[in-house]
Amino acid sequence: MSRRDRRAPREPRPMRPTWALLRKDLLLERRAPESVPAMLLFAITTFVLFHFGLGRDAVDGSLAAGVLLVTLLFAAILGINRLFVSEQAEGGFDAVLLAPIDRTALFLAKAMALFLFLSLVELVAVPAFAVLLLGPSPWGALGGLVVVLALVNAALSLIGALVSALAIRTRARDLIVPMIGLPLLVPALIAGARCCAPLLAAGGASWPAVKWLAVLALYDLVFGLLAYAVFDFLLED
Amino acid sequence: MYGKGLRALTLATLIALTATFALVVFYAPNDADQGFIQKIFYVHVPVAIITLVAYVVGGIFAYRQLRTDDRRWDVRSYVVIHIALIFNVVGLLTGAIWAKASWGHWWVWDEPTLVSFLIVFLLYATYQPLRFSIEDPERQARYASVFAVIAGAFVPLNFMAVRMATSLVHPRTFATADGGLPGEMMFVFLVSIVAMGLLFWTLVKYEIAQKNVTWQLRALRRRLLGDDAVAPIGRSAAPTIAPEARP
Repeated sequence: MSRRDRRAPREPRPMRPTWALLRKDLLLERRAPESVPAMLLFAITTFVLFHFGLGRDAVDGSLAAGVLLVTLLFAAILGINRLFVSEQAEGGFDAVLLAPIDRTALFLAKAMALFLFLSLVELVAVPAFAVLLLGPSPWGALGGLVVVLALVNAALSLIGALVSALAIRTRARDLIVPMIGLPLLVPALIAGARCCAPLLAAGGASWPAVKWLAVLALYDLVFGLLAYAVFDFLLED
Repeated sequence: MYGKGLRALTLATLIALTATFALVVFYAPNDADQGFIQKIFYVHVPVAIITLVAYVVGGIFAYRQLRTDDRRWDVRSYVVIHIALIFNVVGLLTGAIWAKASWGHWWVWDEPTLVSFLIVFLLYATYQPLRFSIEDPERQARYASVFAVIAGAFVPLNFMAVRMATSLVHPRTFATADGGLPGEMMFVFLVSIVAMGLLFWTLVKYEIAQKNVTWQLRALRRRLLGDDAVAPIGRSAAPTIAPEARP
Protein backbone atom coordinates (compact mmCIF):
# COMPACT_ATOMS: atom_id res chain seq x y z
CA MET A 1 0.00 0.00 0.00
CA SER A 2 1.48 3.32 -0.97
CA ARG A 3 1.21 6.47 1.05
CA ARG A 4 -1.38 7.99 -1.20
CA ASP A 5 -3.75 5.11 -0.60
CA ARG A 6 -3.61 5.66 3.13
CA ARG A 7 -4.40 9.33 2.76
CA ALA A 8 -7.38 8.90 0.52
CA PRO A 9 -8.73 5.37 0.88
CA ARG A 10 -10.25 4.15 -2.36
CA GLU A 11 -12.17 1.03 -2.95
CA PRO A 12 -9.89 -1.78 -4.21
CA ARG A 13 -10.26 -2.50 -7.89
CA PRO A 14 -8.68 -5.89 -8.51
CA MET A 15 -9.70 -5.99 -12.17
CA ARG A 16 -8.05 -2.68 -13.05
CA PRO A 17 -4.74 -4.11 -14.33
CA THR A 18 -6.69 -6.54 -16.48
CA TRP A 19 -8.69 -3.73 -18.10
CA ALA A 20 -5.53 -1.71 -18.67
CA LEU A 21 -3.78 -4.64 -20.36
CA LEU A 22 -6.88 -5.47 -22.41
CA ARG A 23 -7.18 -1.86 -23.51
CA LYS A 24 -3.54 -1.91 -24.62
CA ASP A 25 -4.12 -5.02 -26.75
CA LEU A 26 -7.26 -3.65 -28.34
CA LEU A 27 -5.55 -0.34 -29.04
CA LEU A 28 -2.61 -2.12 -30.65
CA GLU A 29 -4.93 -4.17 -32.84
CA ARG A 30 -6.91 -1.05 -33.83
CA ARG A 31 -3.88 1.00 -34.75
CA ALA A 32 -2.08 -1.77 -36.59
CA PRO A 33 -4.63 -4.46 -37.45
CA GLU A 34 -2.85 -7.77 -37.59
CA SER A 35 -4.60 -10.80 -36.12
CA VAL A 36 -8.23 -10.03 -36.96
CA PRO A 37 -7.82 -9.41 -40.72
CA ALA A 38 -5.51 -12.41 -41.03
CA MET A 39 -7.94 -14.72 -39.23
CA LEU A 40 -10.86 -13.39 -41.26
CA LEU A 41 -9.17 -13.81 -44.63
CA PHE A 42 -7.97 -17.25 -43.61
CA ALA A 43 -11.50 -18.30 -42.62
CA ILE A 44 -13.08 -17.11 -45.87
CA THR A 45 -10.31 -18.68 -47.95
CA THR A 46 -10.91 -21.94 -46.11
CA PHE A 47 -14.62 -21.81 -46.99
CA VAL A 48 -13.63 -21.51 -50.65
CA LEU A 49 -11.23 -24.42 -50.22
CA PHE A 50 -13.98 -26.51 -48.63
CA HIS A 51 -16.28 -25.71 -51.54
CA PHE A 52 -13.79 -27.15 -54.01
CA GLY A 53 -12.42 -29.83 -51.69
CA LEU A 54 -15.85 -31.26 -50.94
CA GLY A 55 -17.13 -30.54 -54.43
CA ARG A 56 -20.43 -29.22 -53.04
CA ASP A 57 -22.27 -25.94 -53.45
CA ALA A 58 -24.19 -26.18 -50.19
CA VAL A 59 -23.73 -28.06 -46.96
CA ASP A 60 -26.07 -28.60 -44.03
CA GLY A 61 -26.40 -30.47 -40.73
CA SER A 62 -23.34 -32.07 -39.23
CA LEU A 63 -21.24 -31.42 -42.35
CA ALA A 64 -21.94 -27.69 -42.07
CA ALA A 65 -21.19 -27.71 -38.34
CA GLY A 66 -17.90 -29.48 -38.99
CA VAL A 67 -16.84 -27.11 -41.79
CA LEU A 68 -17.71 -24.02 -39.74
CA LEU A 69 -16.11 -25.11 -36.48
CA VAL A 70 -12.95 -26.60 -37.97
CA THR A 71 -12.44 -23.42 -39.98
CA LEU A 72 -12.88 -21.26 -36.88
CA LEU A 73 -10.51 -23.55 -34.94
CA PHE A 74 -7.75 -23.24 -37.54
CA ALA A 75 -8.31 -19.51 -37.85
CA ALA A 76 -8.01 -19.19 -34.09
CA ILE A 77 -4.61 -20.94 -34.24
CA LEU A 78 -3.33 -17.96 -36.26
CA GLY A 79 -4.43 -15.55 -33.55
CA ILE A 80 -3.10 -17.79 -30.77
CA ASN A 81 0.30 -17.83 -32.45
CA ARG A 82 0.45 -14.03 -32.44
CA LEU A 83 -1.08 -13.47 -29.01
CA PHE A 84 2.07 -12.89 -26.94
CA VAL A 85 4.38 -11.75 -29.73
CA SER A 86 4.32 -8.08 -28.70
CA GLU A 87 5.04 -9.03 -25.08
CA GLN A 88 7.96 -11.19 -26.15
CA ALA A 89 9.42 -8.75 -28.68
CA GLU A 90 8.94 -5.46 -26.81
CA GLY A 91 9.63 -6.56 -23.25
CA GLY A 92 6.02 -6.59 -22.07
CA PHE A 93 6.69 -9.64 -19.89
CA ASP A 94 9.31 -7.75 -17.89
CA ALA A 95 6.95 -4.81 -17.48
CA VAL A 96 4.22 -7.09 -16.10
CA LEU A 97 6.69 -8.79 -13.77
CA LEU A 98 7.97 -5.43 -12.51
CA ALA A 99 4.52 -3.97 -11.97
CA PRO A 100 2.95 -4.65 -8.56
CA ILE A 101 0.00 -6.54 -10.04
CA ASP A 102 -1.29 -10.08 -10.03
CA ARG A 103 0.20 -11.97 -12.96
CA THR A 104 -3.11 -13.61 -13.69
CA ALA A 105 -4.23 -10.19 -14.95
CA LEU A 106 -2.10 -10.76 -18.03
CA PHE A 107 -3.74 -14.11 -18.68
CA LEU A 108 -7.24 -12.71 -18.23
CA ALA A 109 -6.51 -9.74 -20.49
CA LYS A 110 -5.07 -11.97 -23.22
CA ALA A 111 -7.95 -14.43 -23.05
CA MET A 112 -10.46 -11.58 -23.25
CA ALA A 113 -8.60 -9.99 -26.16
CA LEU A 114 -8.63 -13.28 -28.04
CA PHE A 115 -12.32 -13.71 -27.24
CA LEU A 116 -13.09 -10.27 -28.68
CA PHE A 117 -10.92 -10.88 -31.77
CA LEU A 118 -12.67 -14.19 -32.43
CA SER A 119 -16.09 -12.60 -31.98
CA LEU A 120 -15.16 -9.87 -34.45
CA VAL A 121 -13.97 -12.46 -36.95
CA GLU A 122 -17.18 -14.47 -36.55
CA LEU A 123 -19.29 -11.36 -37.03
CA VAL A 124 -18.13 -11.40 -40.66
CA ALA A 125 -17.08 -15.02 -41.19
CA VAL A 126 -20.33 -16.67 -40.10
CA PRO A 127 -22.52 -14.55 -42.42
CA ALA A 128 -19.98 -15.25 -45.17
CA PHE A 129 -20.33 -18.95 -44.42
CA ALA A 130 -24.12 -18.66 -44.58
CA VAL A 131 -23.91 -16.95 -47.97
CA LEU A 132 -21.16 -19.06 -49.51
CA LEU A 133 -21.79 -22.58 -48.28
CA LEU A 134 -24.77 -23.03 -45.99
CA GLY A 135 -27.86 -24.58 -47.59
CA PRO A 136 -30.70 -23.95 -45.09
CA SER A 137 -31.35 -20.49 -43.71
CA PRO A 138 -29.75 -19.95 -40.29
CA TRP A 139 -32.18 -17.22 -39.16
CA GLY A 140 -34.39 -19.53 -37.13
CA ALA A 141 -31.52 -20.78 -34.99
CA LEU A 142 -29.62 -17.52 -34.65
CA GLY A 143 -29.98 -17.29 -30.86
CA GLY A 144 -28.72 -20.81 -30.28
CA LEU A 145 -25.87 -20.28 -32.72
CA VAL A 146 -24.73 -17.15 -30.87
CA VAL A 147 -24.72 -18.98 -27.52
CA VAL A 148 -22.79 -21.96 -28.91
CA LEU A 149 -20.23 -19.77 -30.66
CA ALA A 150 -19.73 -17.72 -27.48
CA LEU A 151 -19.00 -20.88 -25.51
CA VAL A 152 -16.69 -22.18 -28.26
CA ASN A 153 -14.90 -18.82 -28.30
CA ALA A 154 -14.44 -19.04 -24.54
CA ALA A 155 -12.82 -22.46 -24.88
CA LEU A 156 -10.64 -21.27 -27.77
CA SER A 157 -9.49 -18.17 -25.91
CA LEU A 158 -8.84 -19.82 -22.52
CA ILE A 159 -6.89 -22.73 -23.98
CA GLY A 160 -5.37 -20.50 -26.63
CA ALA A 161 -3.99 -17.97 -24.14
CA LEU A 162 -2.55 -20.78 -22.03
CA VAL A 163 -0.94 -22.61 -24.95
CA SER A 164 0.35 -19.36 -26.40
CA ALA A 165 2.04 -18.47 -23.11
CA LEU A 166 3.49 -21.98 -22.93
CA ALA A 167 4.91 -21.81 -26.44
CA ILE A 168 6.04 -18.20 -26.74
CA ARG A 169 9.50 -18.70 -25.25
CA THR A 170 10.31 -21.95 -27.01
CA ARG A 171 12.34 -22.13 -30.18
CA ALA A 172 9.62 -23.66 -32.30
CA ARG A 173 6.67 -21.51 -31.23
CA ASP A 174 4.57 -21.84 -34.37
CA LEU A 175 5.00 -25.62 -34.36
CA ILE A 176 4.27 -26.09 -30.67
CA VAL A 177 1.03 -24.06 -30.64
CA PRO A 178 -1.00 -26.21 -33.04
CA MET A 179 0.54 -29.45 -31.81
CA ILE A 180 -0.51 -28.82 -28.20
CA GLY A 181 -3.56 -26.67 -28.87
CA LEU A 182 -5.46 -28.83 -31.35
CA PRO A 183 -5.60 -32.02 -29.23
CA LEU A 184 -6.61 -29.95 -26.20
CA LEU A 185 -9.47 -28.46 -28.22
CA VAL A 186 -10.86 -31.78 -29.46
CA PRO A 187 -13.49 -32.08 -26.66
CA ALA A 188 -14.61 -28.49 -27.32
CA LEU A 189 -14.90 -29.30 -31.01
CA ILE A 190 -16.91 -32.45 -30.26
CA ALA A 191 -19.37 -30.57 -28.08
CA GLY A 192 -19.51 -27.53 -30.38
CA ALA A 193 -20.15 -29.62 -33.48
CA ARG A 194 -22.86 -31.64 -31.73
CA CYS A 195 -24.48 -28.36 -30.68
CA CYS A 196 -24.32 -26.79 -34.14
CA ALA A 197 -25.35 -29.78 -36.24
CA PRO A 198 -29.14 -29.59 -35.55
CA LEU A 199 -29.06 -25.78 -35.78
CA LEU A 200 -27.62 -25.85 -39.29
CA ALA A 201 -29.81 -28.67 -40.60
CA ALA A 202 -32.79 -28.03 -42.87
CA GLY A 203 -35.84 -27.87 -40.64
CA GLY A 204 -33.64 -28.57 -37.63
CA ALA A 205 -33.93 -27.49 -34.02
CA SER A 206 -33.72 -23.84 -33.04
CA TRP A 207 -31.85 -24.54 -29.80
CA PRO A 208 -28.90 -26.89 -29.22
CA ALA A 209 -29.07 -29.94 -26.96
CA VAL A 210 -28.67 -28.91 -23.32
CA LYS A 211 -26.34 -31.87 -22.69
CA TRP A 212 -23.71 -30.62 -25.14
CA LEU A 213 -24.07 -27.00 -24.04
CA ALA A 214 -23.39 -28.18 -20.50
CA VAL A 215 -20.32 -30.13 -21.64
CA LEU A 216 -19.01 -27.05 -23.41
CA ALA A 217 -19.65 -24.81 -20.40
CA LEU A 218 -18.04 -27.32 -18.07
CA TYR A 219 -15.00 -27.55 -20.31
CA ASP A 220 -14.67 -23.76 -20.28
CA LEU A 221 -14.97 -23.71 -16.51
CA VAL A 222 -12.41 -26.45 -15.89
CA PHE A 223 -9.84 -24.95 -18.23
CA GLY A 224 -10.44 -21.48 -16.82
CA LEU A 225 -9.65 -22.72 -13.32
CA LEU A 226 -6.72 -24.80 -14.54
CA ALA A 227 -5.21 -21.87 -16.42
CA TYR A 228 -5.73 -19.64 -13.40
CA ALA A 229 -3.82 -22.17 -11.28
CA VAL A 230 -0.79 -22.71 -13.53
CA PHE A 231 -0.35 -19.45 -15.44
CA ASP A 232 1.86 -17.91 -12.75
CA PHE A 233 4.55 -20.52 -13.34
CA LEU A 234 4.89 -19.52 -17.00
CA LEU A 235 5.93 -15.98 -16.08
CA GLU A 236 8.30 -16.66 -13.22
CA ASP A 237 11.86 -15.85 -14.12
CA MET B 1 22.99 -47.12 -3.98
CA TYR B 2 20.61 -46.33 -6.84
CA GLY B 3 17.90 -48.75 -7.80
CA LYS B 4 17.46 -50.22 -4.34
CA GLY B 5 15.17 -53.24 -4.51
CA LEU B 6 15.32 -53.25 -8.29
CA ARG B 7 16.24 -56.94 -8.48
CA ALA B 8 13.33 -58.04 -6.32
CA LEU B 9 10.98 -55.83 -8.31
CA THR B 10 12.26 -57.24 -11.59
CA LEU B 11 11.77 -60.82 -10.38
CA ALA B 12 8.26 -60.05 -9.15
CA THR B 13 7.43 -58.49 -12.53
CA LEU B 14 8.77 -61.50 -14.43
CA ILE B 15 6.79 -63.93 -12.29
CA ALA B 16 3.62 -61.86 -12.54
CA LEU B 17 3.90 -61.51 -16.32
CA THR B 18 4.58 -65.22 -16.80
CA ALA B 19 1.67 -66.10 -14.55
CA THR B 20 -0.60 -63.71 -16.45
CA PHE B 21 0.21 -65.15 -19.86
CA ALA B 22 -0.10 -68.70 -18.55
CA LEU B 23 -3.49 -67.90 -17.03
CA VAL B 24 -4.65 -66.08 -20.16
CA VAL B 25 -3.78 -69.00 -22.43
CA PHE B 26 -4.62 -72.02 -20.26
CA TYR B 27 -7.12 -70.90 -17.63
CA ALA B 28 -9.32 -68.11 -18.92
CA PRO B 29 -12.31 -69.45 -20.88
CA ASN B 30 -12.68 -68.66 -24.56
CA ASP B 31 -15.19 -65.93 -25.30
CA ALA B 32 -18.47 -67.27 -26.66
CA ASP B 33 -18.67 -64.80 -29.60
CA GLN B 34 -15.10 -63.85 -30.37
CA GLY B 35 -13.19 -67.02 -29.47
CA PHE B 36 -9.49 -66.99 -28.78
CA ILE B 37 -8.79 -63.51 -30.17
CA GLN B 38 -10.79 -61.98 -27.34
CA LYS B 39 -7.86 -62.82 -25.06
CA ILE B 40 -5.99 -59.78 -26.35
CA PHE B 41 -8.39 -58.03 -24.00
CA TYR B 42 -6.15 -59.13 -21.11
CA VAL B 43 -3.30 -57.12 -22.59
CA HIS B 44 -5.13 -54.21 -24.20
CA VAL B 45 -7.38 -53.09 -21.35
CA PRO B 46 -4.80 -53.30 -18.51
CA VAL B 47 -2.26 -51.43 -20.65
CA ALA B 48 -4.89 -48.80 -21.40
CA ILE B 49 -5.83 -48.37 -17.74
CA ILE B 50 -2.19 -48.19 -16.64
CA THR B 51 -1.49 -45.57 -19.33
CA LEU B 52 -4.34 -43.34 -18.22
CA VAL B 53 -3.41 -43.64 -14.55
CA ALA B 54 0.25 -42.98 -15.38
CA TYR B 55 -0.57 -39.77 -17.26
CA VAL B 56 -2.51 -38.50 -14.26
CA VAL B 57 0.33 -39.56 -11.92
CA GLY B 58 2.80 -37.75 -14.18
CA GLY B 59 0.64 -34.64 -13.81
CA ILE B 60 0.63 -35.00 -10.01
CA PHE B 61 4.43 -35.36 -9.95
CA ALA B 62 4.71 -32.30 -12.17
CA TYR B 63 2.46 -30.39 -9.79
CA ARG B 64 4.78 -31.29 -6.93
CA GLN B 65 7.71 -30.08 -9.02
CA LEU B 66 5.97 -26.74 -9.43
CA ARG B 67 5.15 -26.52 -5.71
CA THR B 68 8.53 -27.56 -4.33
CA ASP B 69 10.88 -26.59 -7.18
CA ASP B 70 12.65 -29.88 -6.50
CA ARG B 71 14.02 -31.13 -9.82
CA ARG B 72 13.79 -34.77 -8.80
CA TRP B 73 10.02 -34.49 -9.22
CA ASP B 74 10.64 -33.30 -12.76
CA VAL B 75 12.72 -36.41 -13.43
CA ARG B 76 9.96 -38.62 -12.03
CA SER B 77 7.29 -36.83 -14.03
CA TYR B 78 9.39 -37.07 -17.20
CA VAL B 79 10.10 -40.78 -16.78
CA VAL B 80 6.49 -41.66 -15.94
CA ILE B 81 5.23 -39.80 -19.01
CA HIS B 82 7.96 -41.31 -21.18
CA ILE B 83 7.05 -44.89 -20.24
CA ALA B 84 3.33 -44.09 -20.39
CA LEU B 85 3.81 -42.90 -23.98
CA ILE B 86 5.30 -46.29 -24.86
CA PHE B 87 2.39 -48.05 -23.14
CA ASN B 88 0.07 -45.74 -25.05
CA VAL B 89 1.48 -46.95 -28.38
CA VAL B 90 1.12 -50.58 -27.23
CA GLY B 91 -2.49 -49.85 -26.24
CA LEU B 92 -3.21 -48.33 -29.66
CA LEU B 93 -1.66 -51.25 -31.53
CA THR B 94 -3.37 -53.98 -29.48
CA GLY B 95 -6.64 -52.06 -29.76
CA ALA B 96 -6.29 -51.92 -33.54
CA ILE B 97 -5.54 -55.67 -33.71
CA TRP B 98 -8.56 -56.43 -31.55
CA ALA B 99 -10.75 -54.19 -33.71
CA LYS B 100 -9.53 -55.92 -36.87
CA ALA B 101 -10.18 -59.36 -35.40
CA SER B 102 -13.64 -58.72 -34.01
CA TRP B 103 -15.09 -56.07 -36.35
CA GLY B 104 -12.98 -56.54 -39.46
CA HIS B 105 -11.56 -52.99 -39.50
CA TRP B 106 -8.23 -51.76 -38.21
CA TRP B 107 -9.89 -48.66 -36.86
CA VAL B 108 -13.36 -48.14 -35.45
CA TRP B 109 -14.60 -44.74 -34.34
CA ASP B 110 -17.21 -46.39 -32.14
CA GLU B 111 -14.66 -47.45 -29.59
CA PRO B 112 -14.25 -44.54 -27.16
CA THR B 113 -11.15 -45.97 -25.50
CA LEU B 114 -9.31 -46.28 -28.78
CA VAL B 115 -10.35 -42.84 -30.03
CA SER B 116 -9.49 -41.01 -26.82
CA PHE B 117 -6.23 -42.93 -26.76
CA LEU B 118 -5.33 -41.54 -30.14
CA ILE B 119 -6.14 -37.97 -29.04
CA VAL B 120 -4.17 -38.35 -25.80
CA PHE B 121 -1.28 -39.87 -27.73
CA LEU B 122 -1.25 -36.92 -30.14
CA LEU B 123 -1.16 -34.53 -27.20
CA TYR B 124 1.59 -36.29 -25.26
CA ALA B 125 3.66 -36.80 -28.39
CA THR B 126 4.32 -33.05 -28.09
CA TYR B 127 5.82 -33.42 -24.62
CA GLN B 128 9.33 -34.21 -25.79
CA PRO B 129 9.41 -31.69 -28.67
CA LEU B 130 8.25 -29.03 -26.17
CA ARG B 131 11.05 -29.93 -23.77
CA PHE B 132 13.58 -30.05 -26.57
CA SER B 133 12.67 -26.59 -27.81
CA ILE B 134 13.47 -24.96 -24.43
CA GLU B 135 17.18 -24.71 -23.75
CA ASP B 136 17.36 -23.38 -20.21
CA PRO B 137 16.99 -26.51 -18.02
CA GLU B 138 15.14 -24.71 -15.24
CA ARG B 139 12.60 -23.19 -17.57
CA GLN B 140 12.35 -26.52 -19.38
CA ALA B 141 11.43 -28.25 -16.12
CA ARG B 142 8.86 -25.60 -15.25
CA TYR B 143 7.19 -25.41 -18.65
CA ALA B 144 7.17 -29.19 -19.02
CA SER B 145 5.52 -29.42 -15.60
CA VAL B 146 2.84 -26.91 -16.59
CA PHE B 147 2.22 -28.97 -19.72
CA ALA B 148 2.06 -32.20 -17.70
CA VAL B 149 -0.44 -30.71 -15.24
CA ILE B 150 -2.71 -29.43 -18.02
CA ALA B 151 -2.47 -32.66 -19.97
CA GLY B 152 -2.99 -34.80 -16.86
CA ALA B 153 -6.24 -32.97 -16.16
CA PHE B 154 -7.19 -33.20 -19.85
CA VAL B 155 -6.93 -37.01 -19.98
CA PRO B 156 -10.07 -37.86 -17.96
CA LEU B 157 -12.03 -34.92 -19.43
CA ASN B 158 -11.23 -36.04 -22.95
CA PHE B 159 -12.16 -39.61 -22.12
CA MET B 160 -15.57 -38.52 -20.86
CA ALA B 161 -16.23 -36.26 -23.86
CA VAL B 162 -15.29 -38.94 -26.39
CA ARG B 163 -17.32 -41.55 -24.55
CA MET B 164 -20.39 -39.32 -24.61
CA ALA B 165 -19.98 -38.72 -28.33
CA THR B 166 -19.77 -42.35 -29.44
CA SER B 167 -22.68 -44.62 -30.01
CA LEU B 168 -23.02 -47.59 -27.71
CA VAL B 169 -21.83 -50.33 -30.05
CA HIS B 170 -18.71 -51.29 -28.17
CA PRO B 171 -19.20 -53.97 -25.51
CA ARG B 172 -19.18 -52.28 -22.11
CA THR B 173 -17.26 -54.94 -20.29
CA PHE B 174 -17.79 -53.65 -16.79
CA ALA B 175 -20.92 -51.56 -16.91
CA THR B 176 -23.39 -53.98 -18.48
CA ALA B 177 -26.55 -54.63 -16.58
CA ASP B 178 -26.15 -58.43 -16.56
CA GLY B 179 -23.08 -58.47 -14.39
CA GLY B 180 -20.19 -58.02 -16.84
CA LEU B 181 -17.29 -60.44 -16.66
CA PRO B 182 -17.71 -63.95 -15.32
CA GLY B 183 -15.60 -64.80 -12.27
CA GLU B 184 -12.71 -66.58 -14.01
CA MET B 185 -12.25 -63.84 -16.58
CA MET B 186 -12.38 -61.20 -13.86
CA PHE B 187 -9.69 -63.02 -11.88
CA VAL B 188 -7.34 -63.26 -14.85
CA PHE B 189 -8.04 -59.64 -15.69
CA LEU B 190 -7.12 -58.47 -12.19
CA VAL B 191 -3.90 -60.52 -12.23
CA SER B 192 -3.10 -58.95 -15.59
CA ILE B 193 -3.62 -55.43 -14.25
CA VAL B 194 -1.24 -56.15 -11.36
CA ALA B 195 1.36 -57.58 -13.75
CA MET B 196 1.15 -54.60 -16.14
CA GLY B 197 1.35 -52.21 -13.21
CA LEU B 198 4.45 -53.98 -11.94
CA LEU B 199 5.98 -53.90 -15.42
CA PHE B 200 5.32 -50.19 -15.65
CA TRP B 201 6.79 -49.48 -12.25
CA THR B 202 9.89 -51.60 -12.97
CA LEU B 203 10.56 -49.74 -16.23
CA VAL B 204 10.16 -46.40 -14.45
CA LYS B 205 12.56 -47.46 -11.71
CA TYR B 206 15.10 -48.67 -14.27
CA GLU B 207 15.03 -45.41 -16.20
CA ILE B 208 15.36 -43.29 -13.06
CA ALA B 209 18.24 -45.45 -11.84
CA GLN B 210 19.93 -45.23 -15.23
CA LYS B 211 19.69 -41.43 -15.22
CA ASN B 212 21.04 -41.17 -11.70
CA VAL B 213 23.94 -43.49 -12.47
CA THR B 214 24.81 -41.50 -15.59
CA TRP B 215 24.88 -38.24 -13.66
CA GLN B 216 26.87 -39.78 -10.82
CA LEU B 217 29.36 -41.14 -13.33
CA ARG B 218 29.76 -37.72 -14.89
CA ALA B 219 30.41 -36.17 -11.50
CA LEU B 220 33.02 -38.79 -10.66
CA ARG B 221 34.78 -38.46 -14.01
CA ARG B 222 34.86 -34.71 -13.59
CA ARG B 223 36.37 -35.03 -10.14
CA LEU B 224 38.98 -37.57 -11.25
CA LEU B 225 39.93 -36.28 -14.69
CA GLY B 226 39.08 -32.59 -14.50
CA ASP B 227 36.37 -30.54 -16.15
CA ASP B 228 37.85 -30.83 -19.64
CA ALA B 229 37.52 -34.62 -19.71
CA VAL B 230 33.74 -34.47 -19.52
CA ALA B 231 31.83 -33.32 -22.56
CA PRO B 232 29.24 -30.67 -21.72
CA ILE B 233 25.61 -31.75 -21.73
CA GLY B 234 24.07 -30.70 -25.03
CA ARG B 235 20.51 -29.72 -25.70
CA SER B 236 18.29 -32.45 -24.41
CA ALA B 237 14.63 -33.26 -24.06
CA ALA B 238 15.36 -35.28 -20.94
CA PRO B 239 15.82 -33.45 -17.66
CA THR B 240 19.42 -32.89 -16.65
CA ILE B 241 20.17 -32.53 -12.98
CA ALA B 242 23.48 -31.10 -11.89
CA PRO B 243 24.97 -34.10 -10.05
CA GLU B 244 26.53 -31.82 -7.44
CA ALA B 245 23.10 -30.73 -6.35
CA ARG B 246 22.08 -34.26 -5.45
CA PRO B 247 21.81 -35.11 -1.75
